[in-house]
Amino acid sequence: MTDISGKDVRLNAARQGVWRPLPVIGQRWKRLTLNAAVLVYLVLATSSIEVNWARVSQGMDRGLDFVASFTRPDFMSRLDEIGLGLLESLTMTFVATVIGTVLAIPVGLGAAANMAPTPVYLFCRAVIAISRTFQEIIIAILFVTMFGFGPLAGVMTLAFATLGFTAKLLAEDIEDVRKDALEAVKATGAGWLQWVNYAVQPQVMPRLIGLSMYRLDINFRESAVIGIVGAGGIGATLNTSINRYDYDTSAAILILIIIIVLLSEYLSGHIRRWTA
Amino acid sequence: MLELKGVSKRYAGGELALNNVSFNVAAGEVVALIGPSGAGKSTLIRCINQLVQPTDGQVLLNDSRLELLKGRQLRMARRQIGMIFQNYALVERLSVMENVLSGRLAYVGFWQSLLRRYPAADIKYATQLLDRVGLSEMLDKRSDALSGGQKQRVGIARALMQRPALLLVDEPTASLDPKSSRQIMRLLCELCREQNLAAIINIHDVALAQQFVSRVIGLQQGAVVFDGKPEALSEQVLTDIYGLEDWQEPADD
Repeated sequence: MTDISGKDVRLNAARQGVWRPLPVIGQRWKRLTLNAAVLVYLVLATSSIEVNWARVSQGMDRGLDFVASFTRPDFMSRLDEIGLGLLESLTMTFVATVIGTVLAIPVGLGAAANMAPTPVYLFCRAVIAISRTFQEIIIAILFVTMFGFGPLAGVMTLAFATLGFTAKLLAEDIEDVRKDALEAVKATGAGWLQWVNYAVQPQVMPRLIGLSMYRLDINFRESAVIGIVGAGGIGATLNTSINRYDYDTSAAILILIIIIVLLSEYLSGHIRRWTA
Repeated sequence: MLELKGVSKRYAGGELALNNVSFNVAAGEVVALIGPSGAGKSTLIRCINQLVQPTDGQVLLNDSRLELLKGRQLRMARRQIGMIFQNYALVERLSVMENVLSGRLAYVGFWQSLLRRYPAADIKYATQLLDRVGLSEMLDKRSDALSGGQKQRVGIARALMQRPALLLVDEPTASLDPKSSRQIMRLLCELCREQNLAAIINIHDVALAQQFVSRVIGLQQGAVVFDGKPEALSEQVLTDIYGLEDWQEPADD
């Protein structure tokens, strides 16, 4: 393949029946250098991973133990703890999703470049960036330190994470709305809130509903993880059972989490079709 | 070459979009399909290439019944029918050349098209078509960088790239200014003459249709109410098709 990006050269070649799409990177040497650099990095990075095969073969047994316990999950011996943990997790999930989504609406509007003046835009983008920078566990550790162990810290964590996630994706959807409707409603002399209500909201509503349903299911899964650092819910129960090597109970908890996530997947499909 | 026998289409809502439509189109014949919005013009041309399945009747292209075909056979029939759209329907992030070559998709295999390894004959023909529509200088331009008239020319080249026997053209000029509209209609009719192509052109602009085509079919509420020479479109006939209006007043456009 020769490197020819001159228009006439390419046109003449095409007349002879020779045509290849233009490469994304014009200059041949840049293209080759970049490809070589990526390849070298991949090789070096792969070779820098150390694998302790003795430890792996040992750990295999323990891992198999864990997997095998899924064939004999024990729902009964810790039934009360599991029930309480699940209830707490579900409560945390709902409360946090509602708070987070409600807060995400103004922030998302402010973070859409076609809606907000630059200072508001920068402020809202900063809020989103902070929320998205820190993984839920780190935020959970902070809130557990501030509010003590228990579901309050969990709700705060999940609400904060929901805010960043939903606001960012909502803002992107708002930036993609059809301009002609924006222009038409503005041309009627409508106020800013009316403009948002009539031109923007109808266009982004399906997306917002979809996002909040998706986030509900993420929050439930996250509630199992942040419980491990003390933020309440089913995660705390799961952590205790793992620490006691009570893998049969852990398996029961994980199976319940899988069932609930599947149910919410099914439910959100229905709700999105119904509100489309 | 193309024959419609009693084609009807009833949509799921119960609305009758086409009502017992029958006509023939000979090879090389260019037909304008006129009628008010909602008369079923778009449904009719989509019933021909089976993008819409007719509820009743037969669609024959060179004696094969299109409404009975499925899968591979349907795709082989579709590649003989080029389609041109009102809003150009180019794939905007692809280059002009890629859009034109996409007319060959039913002829080349998946890997060939994925790797853009088109046969030399296809590339030569694509260049000839781009020369013919006056856009060969633009072959590497992304198609969203073109003007409306230019996009429609690429759309025409893409349709011809299929080496079709029939062109279905849906409101080719509705998004264009009067000058580009005339250029596009002239180009379409010239190409049909050069290649002995039959064409059915949905068009709103009656005067434009009269200027270029040799036969007009008028559709009203899904039924054919006129089929004849453009000169025969009298005031009475236009009233039959569109309803009462003063046809002598100069129109706004």
